[in-house]
Amino acid sequence: MQAELSRRGFLRASALVGGGLLVDFSIPLEAAESGAVLNAFVAIDASGTITIAARNPEMGQGINNGLPMIVAEELDADWAQVRVEQADLDPTRYGPQGSGASMSTMMGYTPMREAGAVARDMLVRAAAARWGVAVDGITTSASVLYHKASGLSLPYAAVASEAARLTPAKSAEVRLKSPKDFSIIGTKRKGVDTPRIVKGEPLYSIDTRLPDMLHAVFVAPPSPGAVLRKVEDTQAKAMRGILAIIPIKGVQAKGTFASSVDSLTDGVAIVASNWWYAQAAKEKLVLEWDESAALGHGDQAYAARAKALLDAGGGKVAFKEGDAKAALAKAAKVISARYDYPFLAHNTMEPHNCTAQYRDGKLTFWAPAQQPENGRKLVAQCVGVAEADIVVHVTRIGGGFGRRLMSDFMAQAGAIAKALPPALSGRPVNVLHSRSDDITHDFFRPAGWHEFKAGIDDQGRMTAFTNHFISFGPAQDPQFFANMAPFHLPEGLLRDIEMTHSVFPTVMPLGAMRAPTSNAHAFVFQGFLDEVARAGGRSLPALILDLFTTDKVYGEADKAGETPRSFHTARARAVVQKVMAMSDWGKVPHRKGIGRGFAFYFCHRGYFAEVVEVGVKGKDVQVRKVWAAGDVGRQIVNPHAAEAQVRGSILDGLSQALDGAKITFENGRVAQSNFHDHPFGRIDRLPPVEIAFVPSDFPPGGLGEPALPPVIPALANALYDATGNRQRSLPFTL
Amino acid sequence: MGGCKMAYTLSINGQARQVDVPEDMPLLWVLRDELDMVGTKFGCGAGLCGACTVHLDGNAVRSCQTPVGAVGTARITTIEGIGQTAKGAAVQKAWIEVDAPQCGYCQAGQIMSATALLTSNPKPTRTQITEAMSGNLCRCASYHRIMEAIELAAKETAHAG
Repeated sequence: MQAELSRRGFLRASALVGGGLLVDFSIPLEAAESGAVLNAFVAIDASGTITIAARNPEMGQGINNGLPMIVAEELDADWAQVRVEQADLDPTRYGPQGSGASMSTMMGYTPMREAGAVARDMLVRAAAARWGVAVDGITTSASVLYHKASGLSLPYAAVASEAARLTPAKSAEVRLKSPKDFSIIGTKRKGVDTPRIVKGEPLYSIDTRLPDMLHAVFVAPPSPGAVLRKVEDTQAKAMRGILAIIPIKGVQAKGTFASSVDSLTDGVAIVASNWWYAQAAKEKLVLEWDESAALGHGDQAYAARAKALLDAGGGKVAFKEGDAKAALAKAAKVISARYDYPFLAHNTMEPHNCTAQYRDGKLTFWAPAQQPENGRKLVAQCVGVAEADIVVHVTRIGGGFGRRLMSDFMAQAGAIAKALPPALSGRPVNVLHSRSDDITHDFFRPAGWHEFKAGIDDQGRMTAFTNHFISFGPAQDPQFFANMAPFHLPEGLLRDIEMTHSVFPTVMPLGAMRAPTSNAHAFVFQGFLDEVARAGGRSLPALILDLFTTDKVYGEADKAGETPRSFHTARARAVVQKVMAMSDWGKVPHRKGIGRGFAFYFCHRGYFAEVVEVGVKGKDVQVRKVWAAGDVGRQIVNPHAAEAQVRGSILDGLSQALDGAKITFENGRVAQSNFHDHPFGRIDRLPPVEIAFVPSDFPPGGLGEPALPPVIPALANALYDATGNRQRSLPFTL
Repeated sequence: MGGCKMAYTLSINGQARQVDVPEDMPLLWVLRDELDMVGTKFGCGAGLCGACTVHLDGNAVRSCQTPVGAVGTARITTIEGIGQTAKGAAVQKAWIEVDAPQCGYCQAGQIMSATALLTSNPKPTRTQITEAMSGNLCRCASYHRIMEAIELAAKETAHAG
């Protein structure tokens, strides 16, 4: 981010199109640097370059292609002339600007269409005035206006200044295209930043270089909740390159996103001219911490406690229909099993970092934040600068996976920038975590433990189901991120069912990891249902299709124009049947050492059914092929990015199961420190993946997450098919 | 942690660059924080992820594990300069053609490893590509397109003779 980081022409844009939030309409009278500004998202310069503002943070999910493509479609822009610019944080202007929960396309699809259509309407009216013709006779295509009757044509750039002086139409009054006329949406488009990425141009937060910039390490507590008692920094201060050592007092945030954990902790900033100097001086810093808060908190102690709770049985009822206990007593056969999964760290490739500058009572950030708005709120509370005095430039993000929903790194950078001694005051500072600090100070995917029971009749049909879920919480219910999503098969689709939970408290910071809660619960539920199916001599897709025989909508009522949150059995049935057809499910004869497994899951308003085929030789597992069928609504915006998200999700899930990653800790101190002891998949695991989208006539859902959860149980079920060994614990062991 | 600062003259992308740093400072931090050449990325600091890969006399090395004092007169090539070589330019072109990156953070290192591979082995098999690239981690799992881009670059450069 060495380029000019002002908002350029968009500073002048004043009309927020879409999202129903219209501010004033004082249209700029002079062309700004980006050219004529038509609205918050569209500016056209004299050369014909169309600048489209991308409002959501880009972390590899392709949203800075997707949303601008939607604008360009309705604008009838020539995509080759489009330049995408990352918008700074300004939700009043742009609407919601977070990236997370697979929501960006869902939330942006209609507002971005309207933004493009409103801008196009202004260009059409400007051309009509110039030519003295009716707007009805004007058509547009690839950034050119045509009046067929008179043979006139003009490029957008020629009338852009005049268009910018017009009052924009209201979003609801502009006509949107029929999807059959789409020429950009639904076509494969390459990443807008790719040419810069391959040349190593500065795009990421960690690449921020500003005049007089300082580098810093934030020495965070060795265990959660540790309080800094004493700092002995004589030796560290004498190390080369060290400019300042600053103790930072933690501040507990309130009322912010996940405020119980996303806060400013106690710590010590080491400020240097080169990050390596700061990191080296860390070893010479002698700190005394009171670590009593985390005493006794260890992964093994947690597992023992969870086992005792499962042994005790019962738990608080979370969902109940009919009488599962009575139905179990009457069942022809009862199947029972326990499942568990560990804590995990995110390990984004770009380690946690952030740049902040404090000058004249104001803070400016260059931040890799998934939720910059939450970050600004957190900073306001923890650093004591009013939100109105905080500017956030959003950078490209080197991987998010949910870790950067938390904004602790912004609070750290802000606090350090504000606390710089007079000699350094006003200089920008980049705080960067080492890989070890990044892993040990994560907001972890929490562990969890489950006991299932199911009854089947003499036909192998499921007649009863219970689940006792052991998780973390301060009182009786699981806390945020350690909870269970509202719907899990066979909930709502079976007469006699009971789900209960028991909890115990944790001090470990918990957070969202790609497909949060679902990434673990798909494994335990779909793994167990495979056991139930096999106990009755059937296959899992057959058992699941039993539940979908009638069209049913389960959950909250659908709202017109919104991507449904509810579960539609017809949509589920379609993806299950599709993946069965793609993989010739049930038609391939059993081969020794080769197994196939199936799983289905619904989350983030998307439906995915997947089949995994494995070959097993001793302890060596080869994933031979993966088939995935998904339904995320009627429209895939960019099939290239969509495929990348599904493939990435699948390999992420396979890696969680097969590479052995887990976070362990004693007295809150995390044992893992780098990619060697918390590994991820490498290029040697590259199974063929066959993907099919099953369109349904609903508004588009997101795609960053829903393809991940089912691949883990599909793999577990395939391993059982191949070996007869049931995987009931992540990561898998052979 | 080594001794005092020393003046080094490094050959980086064909240019002589002067730095005044301790001999044990890893080349990565010389590039990033002394010279503001930030294309070379910090990922693990332990030679485990490959994000910091650069070339010394055409060979791929992890710059986070290479003390500046050990570089000597070796020619350093970074992602900012790799496009000046025929192989490097072909690899970058293939990377764009295939649109390999997702978050993109690891891709500089991937491109440096791929270019070194194709320079020493112009027509690698899939197994050889897998071996040569196994030190480069991609958390987004863009491996499918990395493989495709390397095969495309190999084809294009073999074609060019």
